[in-house]
Amino acid sequence: MRRLGIGFYLLLCPFALWLLLLIILPHLNMLEVSLNLRSYTTPKSYTFQNYLNFFEQPLYWNTFVRTAWMSILATLLTLLIAFPMAYYIAKLAKGRSKTLLLMACILPFWLSELVRTYGWMIILRESGLLSGLLRYFGIIENNIEFLYNDASIMLGLVYTAMLFMIVPLVSALESLDDSHIEAGYDLGGSHWNVLREIVIPHAMPGIVSGCIIVFMLSLGNYLTPNLIGGKDSLWFTEQIFTQFITRFNWEQGSAFGILLLLLSSLIVYLGLLLSGQTLSKTMGK
Amino acid sequence: MIPSIPMSAPRQRLYKLYVLAFLIFLVLPLAVVVGFSFNDSLFPALPWQGFTLDWYFGTQSPKLGLFHDKILLESIGNSAFIALWVTVVALALALCNALLFVRYQFRGKDFLYVLMLLPLVIPGVILGVSILVSSSQFANYIEEAFAYDIEWLRPGATLIVLGQVAFITTICSLVLIARLRKFDPSLEEAALNLGASPWVAFLTVTVPFLRTTIVSAGIVSFLMSFENFNTTLMLVGSDAPLTIAMFQRLREGSTPVLNSVSVMLMLVSALLAVISVTFQKKEKA
Repeated sequence: MRRLGIGFYLLLCPFALWLLLLIILPHLNMLEVSLNLRSYTTPKSYTFQNYLNFFEQPLYWNTFVRTAWMSILATLLTLLIAFPMAYYIAKLAKGRSKTLLLMACILPFWLSELVRTYGWMIILRESGLLSGLLRYFGIIENNIEFLYNDASIMLGLVYTAMLFMIVPLVSALESLDDSHIEAGYDLGGSHWNVLREIVIPHAMPGIVSGCIIVFMLSLGNYLTPNLIGGKDSLWFTEQIFTQFITRFNWEQGSAFGILLLLLSSLIVYLGLLLSGQTLSKTMGK
Repeated sequence: MIPSIPMSAPRQRLYKLYVLAFLIFLVLPLAVVVGFSFNDSLFPALPWQGFTLDWYFGTQSPKLGLFHDKILLESIGNSAFIALWVTVVALALALCNALLFVRYQFRGKDFLYVLMLLPLVIPGVILGVSILVSSSQFANYIEEAFAYDIEWLRPGATLIVLGQVAFITTICSLVLIARLRKFDPSLEEAALNLGASPWVAFLTVTVPFLRTTIVSAGIVSFLMSFENFNTTLMLVGSDAPLTIAMFQRLREGSTPVLNSVSVMLMLVSALLAVISVTFQKKEKA
């Protein structure tokens, strides 16, 4: 190995500054604040009280579990819906129609999540399009509120995250040689056999990276649960927001932040472990 | 179709139907937003009251159009200002990272690469909160010690730029690293042999090779910044960018002026997408 010259250190500096000042130190600082006792009178002291609050208050705990559970569900749903579409784009569509289909899947996501969520709100709300159409066809008599329930939150989460599933899936499936699939059928495999033994194992890196990104986006989402779910959406990021901005209880908010970070790291880690992938391989492509 | 693999006709039709349904699912909320931006009603809802352009050009409240809505226009300006800074800073950092990770071999490289990917698995809300906590604490410390308030460390445009740079840098780095890996170092060596200084060789050989990628990475980071919500929400001061301003109006219940803003966003995003795709095509050619 040749000696590293001044150029190396000049390039290392901005990298180190970015990583330290914007990522590592802020998170360590948040960890420290989460262990502080909230008090205006006594001098600074350390405590686990903020974490104990989390376990003692059923509201916090339930919101946490609910957010994790709904995010996992949203991830699986997104995968199920996206997979046939990705397979169609990667393997069945050819030439122009392939490019057009892929563009059609990507373009809506160049747009703000806010606009997409707004579209669903116009469709689903009580005076909205769906309610109006159903009334027009005489299926219902009075307007129905389709917003502010778990199903609509799920719809919003799946829609928002769709692209981040489709793109990794398409690129993983494209690298699968057609002849492997043919060989599977030649050897007498059924559709299901070929899918399970050949297509899915090959697409695994794409599936894992898609799932990780979608899960992260759902877990950390604030906008969609808040707008589509309304006051009772009970999303954990809303608890964090409330503690920080509304109640100005930064110690409690930091503890919540750390807990959410731990949860997301844990699930990402488990996902990588179960599928035998590494972060560099799935993300750093 | 994979030509050698039989698929029964009904199955094929079913598959096509699925693809069609998927595309409708993607386009529906956006079409609805566009449609209701022309509805002559004070609410973005049924019934249809006739066609109007008031939500773009209306000069009088309550039918104040986008082009006369000072608050919205100002927030668009704020967003553009932030996005421009984020793009410049993130691109500069990403270029350094790309050179660092492609050109140099050093101890701990794999570990640092994983650290570089970290922002992708940190939820945006947490990223925002951690930067809010640490910058405020630092500012408080300075204020107590030196009686001097560093204003830009308080919530506002600068903090938003920092928060967004934290994760957009990673995305730009990945794009630039992928491109730089395809660069043949002998080209730069040839320039050195012909008597160019390292700096001149870099500027005249490497940078032109990267130019198209830099442009498309720049477009992506501009859009990501412009449309970011989660991180921005935690760091916003008195000068709200567009997504925050729209969010506040959405919660209060707004006139269809939000639809016309969304349509403008669609047009700009589509334009940028086309530019980016054309550049990528050039790169491949």
